[in-house]
Amino acid sequence: MRALKIGAAALLGLGLGTGIAVASEGGHIEAQEWSFAGAFGTFDRASLQRGYQVYKEVCASCHSMKYLAYRNLQDIGFSEAEVKALAAQYEVAQIDDAGDEEMVPAKPSDHFHSPFPNDNAAKAANGGALPPDLSLLAKAREGGPDYIYSVLVGYHEAPAGFTVPEGKYYNAAFPGNVIGMPKPISDDQVTYADETPATVHQMAHDVSTFLMWAAEPKMEERKRAGVKVMGFLAILTIFSFLTYRKVRKAVHGH
Amino acid sequence: MATSSTAGHDAHGSGQATRRDFLYVATVGLGAVAVGATVWPLIDQMNPAANVLALSSTEVDLSKLAVGQSMTVKWRGKPVFVRHRTPKEIEEAEEVPMSELKDPQPDADRVKPGKAEWLVMVGVCTHLGCIPLGQQGDYDGWFCPCHGSHYDSSGRIRKGPAPLNLAVPEYQFLSDTKIKIG
Amino acid sequence: MSSSTPFQTNSKVVKWIEARLPIISTVDGALVSYPAPRNLNYWWNFGSLAGFMLVAQIVTGIVLVMHYTPHVTLAFSSVEHIMRDVNYGWLLRYAHANGASMFFVVVYIHIMRGLYYGSYKAPRELLWWLGIVIFVLMMATGFMGYVLPWGQMSFWGATVITNLFGALPLVGPDIVTWLWGGFSVDNATLNRFFSLHYLLPFVICAVVFLHLWALHTTKSSNPLGIEIKGPQDTVPFHPYYTAKDAFGLCVFLMVFAFFVFFSPNYLGHPDNYIEANPLVTPPHIVPEWYFLPFYAILRAVPDKLGGVIAMGGAILILFFMPYLDFSKVRSAKFRPIYKQAFWLFLIDAVILGVVGAKPAEGDWILIGRIASIYYFAHFLIIVPLISWYEKPLPVPDSIAKAVLGDGAKA
Repeated sequence: MRALKIGAAALLGLGLGTGIAVASEGGHIEAQEWSFAGAFGTFDRASLQRGYQVYKEVCASCHSMKYLAYRNLQDIGFSEAEVKALAAQYEVAQIDDAGDEEMVPAKPSDHFHSPFPNDNAAKAANGGALPPDLSLLAKAREGGPDYIYSVLVGYHEAPAGFTVPEGKYYNAAFPGNVIGMPKPISDDQVTYADETPATVHQMAHDVSTFLMWAAEPKMEERKRAGVKVMGFLAILTIFSFLTYRKVRKAVHGH
Repeated sequence: MATSSTAGHDAHGSGQATRRDFLYVATVGLGAVAVGATVWPLIDQMNPAANVLALSSTEVDLSKLAVGQSMTVKWRGKPVFVRHRTPKEIEEAEEVPMSELKDPQPDADRVKPGKAEWLVMVGVCTHLGCIPLGQQGDYDGWFCPCHGSHYDSSGRIRKGPAPLNLAVPEYQFLSDTKIKIG
Repeated sequence: MSSSTPFQTNSKVVKWIEARLPIISTVDGALVSYPAPRNLNYWWNFGSLAGFMLVAQIVTGIVLVMHYTPHVTLAFSSVEHIMRDVNYGWLLRYAHANGASMFFVVVYIHIMRGLYYGSYKAPRELLWWLGIVIFVLMMATGFMGYVLPWGQMSFWGATVITNLFGALPLVGPDIVTWLWGGFSVDNATLNRFFSLHYLLPFVICAVVFLHLWALHTTKSSNPLGIEIKGPQDTVPFHPYYTAKDAFGLCVFLMVFAFFVFFSPNYLGHPDNYIEANPLVTPPHIVPEWYFLPFYAILRAVPDKLGGVIAMGGAILILFFMPYLDFSKVRSAKFRPIYKQAFWLFLIDAVILGVVGAKPAEGDWILIGRIASIYYFAHFLIIVPLISWYEKPLPVPDSIAKAVLGDGAKA
């Protein structure tokens, strides 16, 4: 239901050009409602896990996330055993006793498997465009998760008179409106374990949440600490003011 | 006008002075708490980081280690000796009377039950942290070249300046041929 | 209320130390019994806040260095290591990055306070000059610090700023190669910037020491801009100004904490979360906000060397303030025209800051040029003319009289 509402709002926003939109050099970004917004915001664990599923089954075929390790997935609610099993689905190279490279199952301490061995291979496989690493994408783009969401739902027919070069695609949110990535997600592309309907909007929302967590995994800890620090400082400020006022009265008589 | 804080509260009477003292103490106390809370992150940042802690267990495959062979694996940046002991070494280790030991510990406490042929220990001399050499010294065990400590075939200190036996890390057998250290 | 009494002690230990190294009486003279004008307002809090920020930056910086790796292949990922793995690493890095901004906010207010109240006038010229030296060192430190995370803005900021030196006649290109230690900004550049970023804060500390020495020699200026005439004009620094500074610090810390905990990337730029790529320039390069007014002046001049000279001149012109303003009256409080010129100058500086953040195109170019011309006109024409023609309001006889009224026993 919520996904429908968000989707409807986004469609309305896109269709009528209303709503809170952030202009970013030609891109049209839709501001979304996020569970992690605000001073008390936290990540929606279920959405994070669904987002990881979307990343793993869709995005990971082209996009690396090299700053994340499998062990980090414990933070979004996977158990130690689940993380171990997830990691073991991938292989990492190590040097064996004979000095040869051998492939062994990845451990939780290993970083996410990258789809390409290096940038050149990634470019060669993607028509010359480098699929950016997604670890920090939510902090590396103006608009953050709103931008990621908007790009994922922003694939439309190009408006009349707009020429899209061969091998490129029209996107309403991408700067310049011409993007190298083909429409990555379509309805029911993944099957969510929790039976949430996998609409494009739902998947875009989940993967944007996941990428925000990936970029700023300490956000919850930071905000929790921040609330305490601000509360404490407020009290300290009151006390230091009262002390100052006392001293001022003794010195100035007012 | 008052010349200083002391003169200040004389002028206002003792009732005022109490309140002011309370305020002053409370403010300084809260300030001290703030300083303490600020200092903690500066100290804690020097503790092992999450990635270092994540690497704190190592799995070792024992299947290729024949009787009488040793291997050294790296665990938490330190060498861990894994030795497939000979029956002679096991026998020697088990027969030593506790009274001869500087750091008394029966051999059975240093191996897993029923796995007496496998000796796993941190290869760091308990004297000043050098790495002892294997199958050397006077006790058919290890010898530390830095300051001449002799360890027996159970890794127990027998002669020299080292105070303690070579440490046995926390480990478990995952299968007959595989252990997990840490 | 009298002024300070000289340091006295009955303690034998303290006497023993004092006879060999008068450190306790020196600290007492600076922070306890220092006779401060009794009428300092909240704008005088910003000096101590700047001192606090210097210490905070050095402490967080030293701790960050324990985890940072100054190498082009590892710098970016070591910063991510700090953010993700190091205990409280996110806090330390955000405190350091936002701390730089807070330091500049505080110092800009401190400078503006000096300009408003005429704190640069005799006998405080050296005090003022040392302050500008600190400001220049801070800019160098801030710039090099921004390069260290080795993001896109780090790399391209370093490229653009070092290329400024290429504008120098004859030796320009050689100087740039020398600065880089190569033919582009690369590992050698990163390493030397790291070295200097670690060194310069301690140089700043040394100059701050001289700044305070000069301050305690001439004594603090004050909102009335009249000199201290006797003990009735002052109060001992402790407890009055220690309490006031502590209160100011608490308020300031709330602002600082708000950025660190709730908006840590607001003052940064998204492009710096992309690792440096020498083959791709971000579409819109902007320096950190605290350089924007000077960046606007740089871009306002359509000539490379001219732009560099204008930008340097915009900072160096502050050195001449004690002579450009030769009015006998210090404080803008008694200078109705100068007061208006001050506010216009402040607005002009803000406009320059806005222009610096905008792409150099369309109307922004014109606005930037007008604002840059006004910036220099303020110092070179408006301030001297006002000093010449302005008729200041009557200035009170003494601080004590102004504060306590004529009836006060002075």
